[in-house]
Amino acid sequence: MSAMQLLRFSTAGSVDDGKSTLIGRLLVETNSVFEDQLASVKKSGVNRSTGPIDLSLLTDGLRAEREQGITIDVAYRYFSTPRRKFIIGDTPGHEQYTRNMATGASTAGLTIILIDARKGVLPQSRRHAFIASLLGIPHIAVAVNKMDLVEFSQSVFERIREDFTSFAKSVGLRNLTFFPVSALDGDNIVTLSPRTPWFEGKPLLAHLETVPVAEDRNFEELRFPVQYVIRPTLDFRGYAGQLAAGTLRAGDEVMALPSGRVTRVKEIPSFDGPVAEAFTPMSVTVVLEDEIDLSRGDMLVDPNHVPHVSRRFGAKLVWMHQDAGGVDKTYLLKHTTQTVPAEIRRIRHRVDVSTLAHIETSELGLNDIAAVAMETRRPLFFDAYAKNRHTGGFVLIDPLTNLTVAAGMIEESTADNVAPLNLRDLQFTGELDGEASGRLTNAERYARAGHYPATLWLTARRDVAYLVERKLFDLGCQVHVLADDSDSHLLPELARVLNNAGLIAICSIASPDAGERDRAERFTAPNRFLEVSAKGLPASDEEAAEWVLKLLEDRGVLRRKDRFTQGEGI
Amino acid sequence: MHIMREVVAEFAKPVMLYSIGKDSSVMVRLAQKAFYPAKLPFPLLHVDTTYKFAEMIEFRDQFCKEIGAELIVHTNRKAIEDGANPFALGTSKCCALLKTRALLDALAEGGFDAAFGGARRDEEKSRAKERVFSFRDKFGQWDPKNQRPELWNIYNAKIEKGETIRVFPLSNWTENDVWNYIHLEKIPIVPLYFAKEREFVIRDNQLIPTEHNMPLREGEVPQRVMSRMRSLGCTYCTGAIRSEAGTLPEIVDELLEFRRSERENRIIDHDQEGSMELKKREGYF
Repeated sequence: MSAMQLLRFSTAGSVDDGKSTLIGRLLVETNSVFEDQLASVKKSGVNRSTGPIDLSLLTDGLRAEREQGITIDVAYRYFSTPRRKFIIGDTPGHEQYTRNMATGASTAGLTIILIDARKGVLPQSRRHAFIASLLGIPHIAVAVNKMDLVEFSQSVFERIREDFTSFAKSVGLRNLTFFPVSALDGDNIVTLSPRTPWFEGKPLLAHLETVPVAEDRNFEELRFPVQYVIRPTLDFRGYAGQLAAGTLRAGDEVMALPSGRVTRVKEIPSFDGPVAEAFTPMSVTVVLEDEIDLSRGDMLVDPNHVPHVSRRFGAKLVWMHQDAGGVDKTYLLKHTTQTVPAEIRRIRHRVDVSTLAHIETSELGLNDIAAVAMETRRPLFFDAYAKNRHTGGFVLIDPLTNLTVAAGMIEESTADNVAPLNLRDLQFTGELDGEASGRLTNAERYARAGHYPATLWLTARRDVAYLVERKLFDLGCQVHVLADDSDSHLLPELARVLNNAGLIAICSIASPDAGERDRAERFTAPNRFLEVSAKGLPASDEEAAEWVLKLLEDRGVLRRKDRFTQGEGI
Repeated sequence: MHIMREVVAEFAKPVMLYSIGKDSSVMVRLAQKAFYPAKLPFPLLHVDTTYKFAEMIEFRDQFCKEIGAELIVHTNRKAIEDGANPFALGTSKCCALLKTRALLDALAEGGFDAAFGGARRDEEKSRAKERVFSFRDKFGQWDPKNQRPELWNIYNAKIEKGETIRVFPLSNWTENDVWNYIHLEKIPIVPLYFAKEREFVIRDNQLIPTEHNMPLREGEVPQRVMSRMRSLGCTYCTGAIRSEAGTLPEIVDELLEFRRSERENRIIDHDQEGSMELKKREGYF
């Protein structure tokens, strides 16, 4: 397409702030409305405005909203001036459709927030500012509309500017520009209005034409999510995708995730011949020098600047569905070209968008914005959203209804926002998808070892611990004693690792600590945590050890008869 | 390209609606680029009402042969045998049977779970609200109040069996973009888009082509007019515009001068106020 610069912007305002009228005004003033469309609006017989023609009807597309008199969804409009091409995402202001504002804003380089000069900064205006900051929109234009109804009062305008600026600063919004306008009459939209001689800025359209557009693009660190593998013949294997950041040239060194293998770009072939250099947001096909088996969901990255690779991260969520979200459900998380099962591990708090107060909550409702700790079944390759919208943004899909229920923005990881280590589920991942991926399953481990992994929690008599270890080892078991000589407090976690490898962990505890014991039990599969205290144990070490072995057998950890048929003396 | 690859990666059996118009030509070119050096990984589907311009059909067959695309042509034979035609039924009913019904049948017969369409948001008001991935229920219907939010370039492609997704890769293109792209890429298009003397009757200020034996009203005399088509459909429903523009640059220049919208000459859009939205709810593209 033409080389003309493109600015995507969204609009937000409360009901009746005159948003649709403002867009209608921009379209009319840039000659983007055709005569027959204007005629159709005149013909419609509806005129909610006081002007000669209801400009808002140009954008209120759907019958339902025409009946209600309000915009209900995101509508996209196009216009251009000799300097730029524009795409407007017209998003509704009233509360129940706030999710649409997030949708319209997610791709915007600028957002226009409308404020009714008579009403000032409303809770809705704060919500819009907050969402704009959350979605990382680089520029905010605040149109104080209906100035004609407050006699173009400078003091009204200044007060709104101060109110809004103080709130915007508290949510970290930058690049604010204010305009006193009348969308109905066209003041300060295309040309400066004689009715606001005190206004020192540019008209709104001039601002839209000149605001920088490419500054949120990252040309430094390669992020190339593999979207699709093109394999027309046996000797061609091309990885198709859209660059989320960085550049690609033949000869560039790239690292494949999750394998971590490093290779070089052989060529970037295209319908129009080889591409010399590809950059964000181009869609290209990459051929690599080495045969690396990559598939959809994998990512090529800059080996010197790899993204975070993790199953756990902190995120902000905008909840977009009336069904409540919570920690007890599994969702599908779609991030770049990966879709993985995911859970909300913890809801840290909900944010009251008017006061910015953090509110404790156990579930998320429509339009809630919350800070959460997420955990995914497979690792994601991500950057913080503030750094890259494409590798930091994700959506949650309800697997039962297939509906998109939330938008997520990944935060820079800190100890605070990452889900606490909870290894319990690792125990079962092998069983869940082991067969498909060829990974070792617990069943295989058991078949080889002849016993299940387990944790013995022995709170006394270290000698017994070592004796049990010797006896189990002689039986062919895989076993290891963990003795807390040092005050490590890590025995539960270490036992956990041994369990994962299929071993029986014998924790010999010198100084009992209830917290550690509970942690160890929580980390162990049900019925595989055995606590043995000094009380009730036979006095002789030999007898005590045999007693413990019997206990392991009774619990089904060990089945000596299965494997050890000769000479065991049992 | 990103959108097309996403569909092919996520769906079992996609298809591309091919209307022979300029937007279809652009879509096919984008698909060729998206999957180069492989062939198109999906067939093209043309819903033929049998009331298209002969020049369109000729172009379609030639074009598909040249690029090696698999073409499926579907017609609602039963309705045509029952006598469905725009002159007798009126455009609204005719369109329901020969386009909307035929399209839904073709999608169901082929077992297609995703269908690309060339619709653009700048064409018509209800289209401006359409998502790029537009969910349709088991009956092919669109619910504008219950659309999935679409953020960044992440598209939710989850559907149940029987449900489908309509995909609009050209959502954010304007008529101008389409013509510029055709010009830059030298994409072949139906000659009807270029000005030439053609035969019409003039009815309600519209130039209506007389092809397919259109019954004339009393006093109507076909006349030859220098004209071109701005968008293409069935002969009876596609009014032409008076134009001298015989080359792509002339068309682009002419567009800049235009004060009237592209679909103004499409009779079906105006048969009721809000009529495109009603058709879309029923399953029209």
